[in-house]
Amino acid sequence: MELNNSQLLRFTTAGSVDDGKSTLIGRLLYDSKSIFEDQLEAVESTSKQKGHAGVDLALFTDGLRDEREQGITIDVAYRYFTTPKRKFIIADTPGHIQYTRNMVTGASTANAAIILVDARHGVIEQTKRHAFIASLLNIPHVIVCINKMDLVDFKEDVYQKIINQFEEFASKMLIPDIRFIPISALLGDNVVNRSEHMDWYQGAPLLHTLETMHISSDINKVDARFPVQTVLRPQSKEFVDYRGYAGRMASGVLRVGDEICVLPSGFTSRIKGIDGAQGPLKECFAPQSVSITLEDDIDISRGDMIVRSNNQPEATQDLEVMLCWLNDKPARPRAKYTVMHTSNEQKAMIKEVIYKIDIHTLNRVSDDTELNMNDICKVKIRTTKPLMVDDYRENRTTGSIILIDDATNETVAAGMLV
Amino acid sequence: MSKYYLNYLDELESEAIFILREVWAQFQNPVILFSGGKDSIVVTHLAKKAFYPSKIPFALMHVDTGHNFPETIKFRDDLIESLGARLIVGSVQESIDQGRVAEEKGKNATRNALQITTLLDAIEEHKVDCAIGGGRRDEEKARAKERFFSHRDDFGQWDPKNQRPELWNLFNGKYFEGEHFRAFPISNWTEMDVWNYILRENIEIPSLYFAHEREVIWRNNSWIPKSEYLVLDGKEEIVTRKVRFRTLGDITITGGIESDADTLEKIVQEVAAMRQTERGNRADDKRSETAMEDRKKQGYF
Repeated sequence: MELNNSQLLRFTTAGSVDDGKSTLIGRLLYDSKSIFEDQLEAVESTSKQKGHAGVDLALFTDGLRDEREQGITIDVAYRYFTTPKRKFIIADTPGHIQYTRNMVTGASTANAAIILVDARHGVIEQTKRHAFIASLLNIPHVIVCINKMDLVDFKEDVYQKIINQFEEFASKMLIPDIRFIPISALLGDNVVNRSEHMDWYQGAPLLHTLETMHISSDINKVDARFPVQTVLRPQSKEFVDYRGYAGRMASGVLRVGDEICVLPSGFTSRIKGIDGAQGPLKECFAPQSVSITLEDDIDISRGDMIVRSNNQPEATQDLEVMLCWLNDKPARPRAKYTVMHTSNEQKAMIKEVIYKIDIHTLNRVSDDTELNMNDICKVKIRTTKPLMVDDYRENRTTGSIILIDDATNETVAAGMLV
Repeated sequence: MSKYYLNYLDELESEAIFILREVWAQFQNPVILFSGGKDSIVVTHLAKKAFYPSKIPFALMHVDTGHNFPETIKFRDDLIESLGARLIVGSVQESIDQGRVAEEKGKNATRNALQITTLLDAIEEHKVDCAIGGGRRDEEKARAKERFFSHRDDFGQWDPKNQRPELWNLFNGKYFEGEHFRAFPISNWTEMDVWNYILRENIEIPSLYFAHEREVIWRNNSWIPKSEYLVLDGKEEIVTRKVRFRTLGDITITGGIESDADTLEKIVQEVAAMRQTERGNRADDKRSETAMEDRKKQGYF
């Protein structure tokens, strides 16, 4: 394979064994020739032992010992494949309700989500939950794969009916781009290769869709945000005065000569130079890791943010957040947590639970305010010092937080600013 | 207008640099676990970029089994000198001499599992709170669930069922006394990505990766190099073959493949056409279905 300009696309797949999720991933890997001979041999021999007729594609995604024994995915597993057009990272997440937190984790970095619907059952509660999480995590592209079309005789009206069901409830959610593809993961129809059984479907197969969807606009290129990770001071003879602010562009574009403002201090200066991984740059954009030098000597440290003077995030100690509770121990009333936001860390307290989402009905519940594992709630959080935040819908990096329990050091919650 | 997106290698590079800087910012005494293999060489190369124009701020830690390819040790020492970095060596031989571990017996004996004790001892002795490794999620099924920031308890153990969730680009490196972390900046790279990157950056790697004439024996479906540690059974015979190695581990367990690929370009072409995983030639992974998972739980790399 030659070096080329192909892009990286991260997608998540939510679903259970029954939806054919593992079979779909196995099919993608197998038909795109990403399976090695020794992996194939291992799966063939296990398929035989288990008495399956052909190769059980689902076995390619087998995980840890416990998961194999129970036949389910418990944790997020990452899988990789490459085609001549793109490199793909799959965050393979379990679909059951008790693993909502893992779905949220997998969705947090995804460009696209694949939601599987069993053609025989249509849209069920689980489908709505998956769509809700995709919408909550602001995944830019959702692909609804209507699977097991072979079991409904590849009928167009079944497909059309499910689209109607899906669109009806999804109209209330914020999903910018939804596509529907009728597939059979087991037989391979419309996964990598076009189906020979569904002439009525004019769209592209799944892989082609993933290879060609426009993702360059998934990152905010408007609001320049540069959270400082660390300061580089070589103090060598050659670079005696070098003071570089190292970090990764969260969004937007910064150029040499730009007038900038450092938050929270509010000091202003101009960009003197930008050092990228491949040498000096005239401009940098998300998600590049760079080191920025300024014209003036300003006191800047980790947790500060470099932005444009005329386009600044909101500095606030009072956050309204959609919070997903990730820990098996419920939130303690008035407990103190550490909030991590970009490279910034502050102590924080959950002041109020405004409502909880009933994950079955997706309705708001306001009389239940306990935060248990997998719960999704709207809360008010108060921090000891201001954070420089944006709305999560505008900016996934500067609009997201995690909470760490100081008593256990565990990551107990993930939040999206609203 | 220029295009505002990165190609996949640039994006992976940027992600790895971000992780390395995050490790430096969050930990007191991080080191790079350096095996002399291509993955730890790539991590070291990325660390150079992450802190340029400063020197790389991490010491390199090598767990020396004593069963090395001589080429690996020379490569390690040359690299240390050019970086001006500090080298920490944990010696498996010393662990054996001190009675901390016992050597395996027999023809298939290796020092692979013994490394765990030496590694954990070195981490404790040098008060390392984060060991940066070149592990990749595509290598093995247990690694597919590994985090970028991976917590180890005060016995150095990994608990795959109780890992901290990792969302967005927020990495929680908080720990209590006695615990430590492993960090994997190239988690999202595949073998192919690593080779393409080595080619693009023209990174120096040990000669063992290039096809060369070597005395070898045929064992467990690969060419095991002749060495002073090799115990032959009656039927095995030493022959000369043109081989190269896809991964580098101990000389006793690392199998070579027959190859003519003697340049980086040819290696990349060969890897692209490869139909076996790279760890297929590693005797340490062939012991059981869950060999890697079991070793990782105890504190392996």
